[in-house]
Amino acid sequence: MKRISYFLLLTGLLSSCAQKEQKLPILGSREPVEKTVDGKTVVDTVYQTIPSFKFINQDSVTVTEKDFDNVVYVADFFFTSCTSICPVMHRNMLKVYHAYKNNPGVKILSHSIDSKYDTPSVMKKYAKKLGVTGNQWQFVNGPHDEIYNIAAKNYLVSVEEDGNDPQNYIHQGWFVLIDKQKRLRGAYDGTNPQQVNQLIKDIQVLLNEYKH
Amino acid sequence: MKRIITLSLLLLVCITIIFNACQSQAELDYARYYVNGKGLYEAHCQNCHGEDGKGLGQLYPPLTDSLFLKRNRTKLGCIIKNGLSGKIEINGQEFDGQMPAETQMTNMEIAQLVTYITNSFGNKNGLYDVNAAAADIKNCDK
Repeated sequence: MKRISYFLLLTGLLSSCAQKEQKLPILGSREPVEKTVDGKTVVDTVYQTIPSFKFINQDSVTVTEKDFDNVVYVADFFFTSCTSICPVMHRNMLKVYHAYKNNPGVKILSHSIDSKYDTPSVMKKYAKKLGVTGNQWQFVNGPHDEIYNIAAKNYLVSVEEDGNDPQNYIHQGWFVLIDKQKRLRGAYDGTNPQQVNQLIKDIQVLLNEYKH
Repeated sequence: MKRIITLSLLLLVCITIIFNACQSQAELDYARYYVNGKGLYEAHCQNCHGEDGKGLGQLYPPLTDSLFLKRNRTKLGCIIKNGLSGKIEINGQEFDGQMPAETQMTNMEIAQLVTYITNSFGNKNGLYDVNAAAADIKNCDK
């Protein structure tokens, strides 16, 4: 009997060790800022964050950064008539969508880089055909420069127009994970199913950070 | 005893090799078309239609409707070469999108691709050779 209780104690200890909390890194640029707290000078780190934005979604409703306050979200860049990497990306993003469907703490934000063709009604049709309803997964469109700027400067995803490409656009398929403080916490290759599975796991890790 | 076992094993291996070498010309042709077709599928079709041919939602139709593929086998080459738009019904579901044209594809490439597609994803329609492709492509406008 005594032996069994020792065994139980040991397993308990071991499992508590294994539950050491996992944390995602904070990506992007950072700078030290000196602050004065209680008369003492301390150095604080300011991380790169997503700035305010204003786009139009598939329901012709204005979407701003405030719609993503207090949630973690995944951002990507695509266009509806794209037959290169976008179908692969959104086939994978559907897995993320279904994994966190009806979880109000998780959202998806897909930016169209084809502002001329991808009007709200075109994006609405696309979303419907993809099997996406409600506003957990937002498809947005906005002025060309604003979308391209936020992609390159803030989400660190490279997109460009290229007349030599048969589809006129060259872009990267990153899925970028943003936390509640709007900091970059992960970037995953949206065309790679293994990395997307990692993203699905990492979203839960990120959500756990806010449980305490 | 041990020697007999070794010898008989060796004999078995020899027989297998000889039999495999005797694969018929038709089977060889089929295998060659199929393998090349798979490469073409991955490069030109897989993004939308998927690795498993299941398509994507109502955006891109699946290639698993064996009845559709069997009935329209002579039209597949034209669809690949000239693209497709307008409504079609696949597996009882309506699709109304636009498939881009692959005008640069040769008859041989089309034959390989059709052989691959119509013998994958639950389809089993055998070889579709370059002569069949050439004849069907000629009739595209008709």
